[in-house]
Amino acid sequence: METKVASVKMRNITKSFGPVIANDRVWLDIYKGEILALLGENGSGKTTLMNMLSGIYYPDEGDIFIDDKKVVIRSPKDAFAHRIGMIHQHFKLVDVLSAAENIILGLEGKLDLKAASEKIRQICDAYGFEVDPDQKIYDMSVSQKQTVEIVKVLYRGADILILDEPTAVLTPQETEKLFAVLRNMRNDGKAIVIITHKMHEVEELSDRVAVLRHGQFIGDMLTRDTNAQEMTNMMVGHSVTLNIDRPEPVDPKPRIEVRNLTVRSIDGILKLQDVSFTAMSGEILGIAGISGSGQKELLEAIAGLQPVEKGSICYVEEDGTHDELLGKDPLRIAEKGIALSFVPEDRLGMGLVGAMDISDNMMLRSFRKGRSIFTDRKSPRKLAQKVVRDLDVKTPNIETPVSKLSGGNVQKVLVGREIAEAPKVLLTAYAVRGLDINSSYTIYELLNQQKKKGVAVIYVGEDLDVLLELCDRILVLCAGKVSGIVPGRGAKKRDVGMMMTRLGGNSNE
Amino acid sequence: MFEAILSFLPRAVSQGIPLLYGSTGEIITQKSGNMNLGIPGVMYVGGICGVIGAFIYEQSLPSPEAMIPFFAVLIPLLFCLLGSLLMGALFCFLTVTLRANQNVTGLAMTTFGVGFGNFFGGSLVKLAGADMPYLALTATSNCFKKTLPLAAILNSWGDSIDEACGKMGVFGDKLGNVIDFIFDAFGEVLLNYSFLVYLAIIIALIASFIINRTRTGLHLRAVGENPATADSAGINVNLYKYVATCLGCMIAGLGGLYYVMDYANGIWANNAFGDRGWLAIALVIFTVWRPNVGVVASFLFGGLYILHMYIPSGMNLAVKELYKMLPYVVTIIVLIISSLRNQRDKQPPQSLGLPYFREDR
Repeated sequence: METKVASVKMRNITKSFGPVIANDRVWLDIYKGEILALLGENGSGKTTLMNMLSGIYYPDEGDIFIDDKKVVIRSPKDAFAHRIGMIHQHFKLVDVLSAAENIILGLEGKLDLKAASEKIRQICDAYGFEVDPDQKIYDMSVSQKQTVEIVKVLYRGADILILDEPTAVLTPQETEKLFAVLRNMRNDGKAIVIITHKMHEVEELSDRVAVLRHGQFIGDMLTRDTNAQEMTNMMVGHSVTLNIDRPEPVDPKPRIEVRNLTVRSIDGILKLQDVSFTAMSGEILGIAGISGSGQKELLEAIAGLQPVEKGSICYVEEDGTHDELLGKDPLRIAEKGIALSFVPEDRLGMGLVGAMDISDNMMLRSFRKGRSIFTDRKSPRKLAQKVVRDLDVKTPNIETPVSKLSGGNVQKVLVGREIAEAPKVLLTAYAVRGLDINSSYTIYELLNQQKKKGVAVIYVGEDLDVLLELCDRILVLCAGKVSGIVPGRGAKKRDVGMMMTRLGGNSNE
Repeated sequence: MFEAILSFLPRAVSQGIPLLYGSTGEIITQKSGNMNLGIPGVMYVGGICGVIGAFIYEQSLPSPEAMIPFFAVLIPLLFCLLGSLLMGALFCFLTVTLRANQNVTGLAMTTFGVGFGNFFGGSLVKLAGADMPYLALTATSNCFKKTLPLAAILNSWGDSIDEACGKMGVFGDKLGNVIDFIFDAFGEVLLNYSFLVYLAIIIALIASFIINRTRTGLHLRAVGENPATADSAGINVNLYKYVATCLGCMIAGLGGLYYVMDYANGIWANNAFGDRGWLAIALVIFTVWRPNVGVVASFLFGGLYILHMYIPSGMNLAVKELYKMLPYVVTIIVLIISSLRNQRDKQPPQSLGLPYFREDR
């Protein structure tokens, strides 16, 4: 412990955006040869703090010391000069350029791609990366892009690496690979800061944790001296239970019957093949699968947004009459009470309009109502106020454009609007992606409330642990086919994981 | 037939040169992410500023014989560059520093540039006291139009070869004629131009090299594609936008200067420049943002632009008008094809037309 050298010291750092104080007199030490996990809820100022270290923002007040020397970081270039490199949550890469061109971007000297490629290969060999210097970024997978980002900062000789939610978009295998590389770098004497929401990653990877809450530094401690419960309490400010509630379904009746659904993408690729299942009222049906296994197409088909090759989707009324949904337009389907709360990678893409404020976004669902030629602005306003109040949306006021809100708050606005319609069926995809623990639990609680009201909830999720705790039944998709439907209670994580990668799961064992 | 083509090609080239200047300038500008729809106005301003410079110089001389060709070229050139630079700086100040909408700013600048040109053009015509509604700067134009005597030398070589071959019987006579014709054509089509023509081609090729082969070009492309990325890589985004846009405007302004001083023989008439500025912007899309392709494409556009004069259409003016549509039709077809192929490399810079502000979220 005594041998550790503080590489970076941040003292009394304050930064505000207009009336919002993002960081309030924060103290933070970053040590060499150590992985520091920076924790905090959405909007607690983690990214802002790190952006000041990497030169994206400039602090209003406070000092930064590197190796005990006071430094001024006004631009990313200054940050590189102090050997600080940041890997942003949204990759900073130019799509039409090759990996090598992206890596040397911003450096001085003659353009020599051959020499650059050579150096990139050396870095890759040293830490165990795989990068093709000539590959264009738009041809790369998410994890490849992330690798390019990491190589980019190493190429500049960074000794202090900051990673902002690096695992949010990675598969478990890719995450393992990344962690191995990060441990390599730590053992190499580099200082690493990782921002994440996933507690098990913090426990698995980090040596020390530091917690921010509402822009203030709460404290730091060694990871081995603490546990997930204590860290969560520090983040949230009061004690929370980490168990997800799962009430027994009350009087489940078939609500949506999907039979032999087959969907092809525009390019003719089979996305869903012979998918059949029944979603019951009053239960949460989880859908598990490796990302891109057809989850998106399935939900969009039910909502009427996706052309279907064959099969049928029936809505079952209370009295048992079947009603075919295929061939109906999304408006007619929505009238039946089927609400789609879809969170694609780009949260603001399908559900909300970023430039409009919260109450206008509420109006997107209700503007057809009423007979007058004028739109009714009062009830959306009321709804917006209710959603902000009930779901604790952090926003200056309801006139704020939703694009200015943090991810968790955007999600709350979207889900809040969808459930306000009193739906019969609620479709959610990646509802908690990128959300901190507290917001995630708020969303789970909301879904459970809907379930108790007798709504058929379909929950597409990424985190297997959550699926196993939350859902009554789990449908596992594997490459567009149903690999199996298992009851949520008592299902083993390992079994479901196997079913995700191989049809039917452990058929070979 | 050959004669017609021989007279068509040089005219297509000289029609194409203003477009080439305009499109090279606009490509450099757009590569930085700035969509400067003010280019037609900038070219107007470039032209009229050159005219003002030439007018002042001509008026300051006691007699036309006292004109020093070097100054006769240099002064309008500097005026032209200065005028278009100011236009570029104005565009940047509005769109980069104040983050105004680029399309609106560009269109306003086109309107402004055309009005500016017509106002000063009209004023100069009055000052010169001419009877005609145009201003003639023939002496200056002659300096601009000086060509190296290469074509003439080549012509005389062809003549002497023809003569030598003529002594070798009927076959030799024919061969001599062909060689003479080739030499004449070569000189006429490739070598018989003024310096602004070659300058346009050289600038386009240099621009191509810089954009694709140098670090400056790499940074410029990064700024236009993804300014946030460029910024986090330590590239001064605003500086690149300013320099690229101002430089682009200066290059485009030269197109206006070439049009007045060379193509129009030093005669300024209001609105004579026409819609060439828009054609230059069409050319940017046609060449999929590659200045080197622009060299050939501008000549093609120049050819299409004047094709209606070479195709016998009799008195049917409607047909002529249809031919005049050709450059635009070709651009639309190229747009359709390039959108259909949907290749990532052949798309406009990704953040073209969008303002960049670092702390924006």
